[in-house]
Amino acid sequence: MDNSQITRAGSQTGTGSRFWRNKKDYLGVLPFLVVAGLFLIWPTINVVYGAFFSDEGKFSLKYITETIQDDGHRIPFVHSLQISFWTSIAGGILGALFAWAISTGKPDGLARRFVLAVGGVLAQFGGVMLAFAFFATFGFNGFVTTLARRVSETNFLASPEWLYGLFGLGVVYTFFQIPLMFIVFLPAVENLKPQWREASESLGGSAKDYWFRIGFPILFPSFLGGLLLLFVNSFSAYATAAALISQGTIITPLDIGSALSSETGGASAPLAKTLSLYMVLIVILVMALYSLLRKRVSKWEQ
Amino acid sequence: MKLNQLTKPAVVLSVAAVLAVPTFAGTSANAASKADTWTSAKQAGGLKGLAAACKKEGQLNIIATPRDWANYGEIIDNFQKIYKVKIDSNIPDGSSQDEIDTANKLKGTKRSPDVFDVGTAVGYKYIDTHYAPYKVINWNQIPADKKDSQGRLTSNYTGVMAVGYDGSLGTITKLDDLLDPKFKGVVALNGDPTKASAGLNGVFMTSIVNGGSFDDVSKGVAWFKKLKDTGNFINVDPTPATIESGQTRVVFDWTYNHKAVIDKFKAVGKVWKTYIPANAAVGSFYNVGVSKWAPHPACGRLWMEYVLSAEGGNSWGKGGASPVLWPWMIKNKTASNDAIAVIGSGTSVAAGASVDQQAAAVTYLTANWAAAVGTR
Amino acid sequence: MKLGIPSRVFRVFIIALTALYLAAPLYGMLDFSTKPLGGQGGRTLRAWKAIGNQEDLTSSITVSFAIAIIVMLLIFLLVVPTVIWVHLRLPELRRPLELICLLPLAIPGIVIVVGIAPLYRWISINITESPISLAGVYSMLILPYTYRSLSASLDLVDVATLAEAARTLGASSMRAIFGIVMPTIRSGIMSGVVISLALVLGEFTISSLLSYDTLQVVIYLLGREDGKIAVAVSLAALLFVFAILFAIPTTKRRGAILDADIA
Repeated sequence: MDNSQITRAGSQTGTGSRFWRNKKDYLGVLPFLVVAGLFLIWPTINVVYGAFFSDEGKFSLKYITETIQDDGHRIPFVHSLQISFWTSIAGGILGALFAWAISTGKPDGLARRFVLAVGGVLAQFGGVMLAFAFFATFGFNGFVTTLARRVSETNFLASPEWLYGLFGLGVVYTFFQIPLMFIVFLPAVENLKPQWREASESLGGSAKDYWFRIGFPILFPSFLGGLLLLFVNSFSAYATAAALISQGTIITPLDIGSALSSETGGASAPLAKTLSLYMVLIVILVMALYSLLRKRVSKWEQ
Repeated sequence: MKLNQLTKPAVVLSVAAVLAVPTFAGTSANAASKADTWTSAKQAGGLKGLAAACKKEGQLNIIATPRDWANYGEIIDNFQKIYKVKIDSNIPDGSSQDEIDTANKLKGTKRSPDVFDVGTAVGYKYIDTHYAPYKVINWNQIPADKKDSQGRLTSNYTGVMAVGYDGSLGTITKLDDLLDPKFKGVVALNGDPTKASAGLNGVFMTSIVNGGSFDDVSKGVAWFKKLKDTGNFINVDPTPATIESGQTRVVFDWTYNHKAVIDKFKAVGKVWKTYIPANAAVGSFYNVGVSKWAPHPACGRLWMEYVLSAEGGNSWGKGGASPVLWPWMIKNKTASNDAIAVIGSGTSVAAGASVDQQAAAVTYLTANWAAAVGTR
Repeated sequence: MKLGIPSRVFRVFIIALTALYLAAPLYGMLDFSTKPLGGQGGRTLRAWKAIGNQEDLTSSITVSFAIAIIVMLLIFLLVVPTVIWVHLRLPELRRPLELICLLPLAIPGIVIVVGIAPLYRWISINITESPISLAGVYSMLILPYTYRSLSASLDLVDVATLAEAARTLGASSMRAIFGIVMPTIRSGIMSGVVISLALVLGEFTISSLLSYDTLQVVIYLLGREDGKIAVAVSLAALLFVFAILFAIPTTKRRGAILDADIA
């Protein structure tokens, strides 16, 4: 049923009345537009626009060019890219495997509900608490550390300072990347029709043949899409790093936080906005790729 | 589902929202009360008048004031008890720079801090912009070099920089002992030296030990770089939580902060030791000032009066910090025995870097610290 | 799906490994929060019992729940009706609306706070000091999840016919939306609402950088004072939200609801 029929169905006369009817309908979205305008659209414009100004309020490309050249900002940015790249791969592979493992189980069973709930919580919920969870486990008095120390005084897990640097941050990030990948990738794995497996087997193909010729190629776009989503998730994260790293700004979100709040380290509002602009550009790029991939995938899902 | 059935949950939610109104009942910003022009207690009608004005304001906002820092807990409790005013303590583990930054961020709101407790380096950077001039009742008892001439910042208390550490690690007899592998991953400095006075003076002390001086902190930075390269130094702010968990078993911090840990450890049968390098006793006064845009200006000034009084001084003493009024308190015997038991009756304090030396050091550190210890 | 033996072993191995990885920190929190003070003596619930005594904590829990309620109200009264309205009456706005609703995915919290700080300073001075005002920006953060679950439901149900039937029977537009359409897509709305609860209770970035004391900010500050209480509270909060999410009825679409794709 086409929408124009609906709008026409209720109107009394011809085009004149219908024109006004449409105009009044636009009022319906006004409240939403006001709220979204204030709390979402204006801040975005504020950030993008403000990056092109200097401290004195004059138009200037000063911050745009300086931030790339300044080690103090370029290095955290590189770190952000690195950590996002590695944690999305690690979380992606493990999450995808876990999705496969669960998909072969009972659908709608208790285990699946449990896992989806856990995934939902961990993917959304509080980097601060996650950081504390890792302190409690891998920190000096953590139970893993204590166990490791009993095995040997010098093994890696027995001395927990690895936790408080880029590597440790990566491990904690991977913790919440895995459930996110699981949630995103599960529908793709579930869409692998068993008929394809049966067809492959009836043609004499082994499990390896099935996976390498049918399974993986079909899953690949979704897998890649999942990786991209994980990349953005890791790149944008702030809370976990803020809780784990109390001194220094080793990734860009921390750099932005410092530029927003603190006057030491050459901070200012345009700096925060410039750094934010760079972040947004990367995120939009990745999300655009993701969108393209999803369009390809939806073809398979039909 | 009929419309009626949908309205019921909507009504319940609306009622809940209405009940939430008291939590955000807008309190309009204070009309500028006369209190923010007072430059001494006399204009308030003496201490009593100041206390009455504060009671009317009803609250005091302090910031970066941990309870176990130089016995602040006792000072906070006593102030609340005596003047019947609620104290709101924001970001207890903040640095001096955090205090200024928060005041900037919250300027004009009722949550902005009323008083600052800032180190000399950070504090004096903002001497022209952030503080209201106010001379306490005991103004004349404070040496001229320990106060700003207009009373914008007044020295409050000081201590000595020391290395505190978990006694089960042995005994430290020289700073280079910390380069030993047994200290892997447990050595921390209290604060980023470009933002926190404790951090800055930790670097000063280390620099002096290694042949530097208040004019040259490069030797200190080099030593910390060495410590970082061995894997012993971690970029973590030591807090009561990190000390208790054992994450930071060696901490560069003021003696009065170590005192709190010594007491806590003793209570559970452990030992926290301190080490001050010979010929490298470094001290630095913290300074108190009322915020220029304090939402509770009378309470802010009352707080200044309290901490710069004999009673406040004795609390500092009990906490292991040396109050700026100590020579005066010893002379007129207002120093309590409890305080003397902790800090002794001597009136000399550890040497500290001048305002200019600290400013120069911060400039150097801003350029070199992050790269040296990997906070980037 | 029938699996061969090697596949089955591999499957169990993967599940066990992942379960271990996910459970270890949670167990670690329980272990750490019940450790005795100073290392001597047996397990203790001191940290858990102390939760009730932390004034800052209890008031921040109240505040965060209040914010969550307001955000849910905003969903019910603003977001959902608008999406339905556009779906029914203004189809040409569907794509722009979708873009707006998915914008928060491209703009991380840390960036939003940079742009919105002046607005919140103004709100703090002129409207209210309370963290409640965060509901405004939070309702925008949850847009992608709410929109996704809503549009999934709206596609499933022929809302156009439903609304039209209601209108021809004499219902006003408001009544059609609130009384007929919304109840029908109830499960889609509820999923969005529950995700919102998790997000509001778990949000740290914006509230901390705007100096508001919400639950996560207080947990963070508590963590610097007394690690055990902070870990105990974190575990309690995690379990609480998990219990709520677990209670959502399972449907095959639920996985898609939590999925934030923009195809």
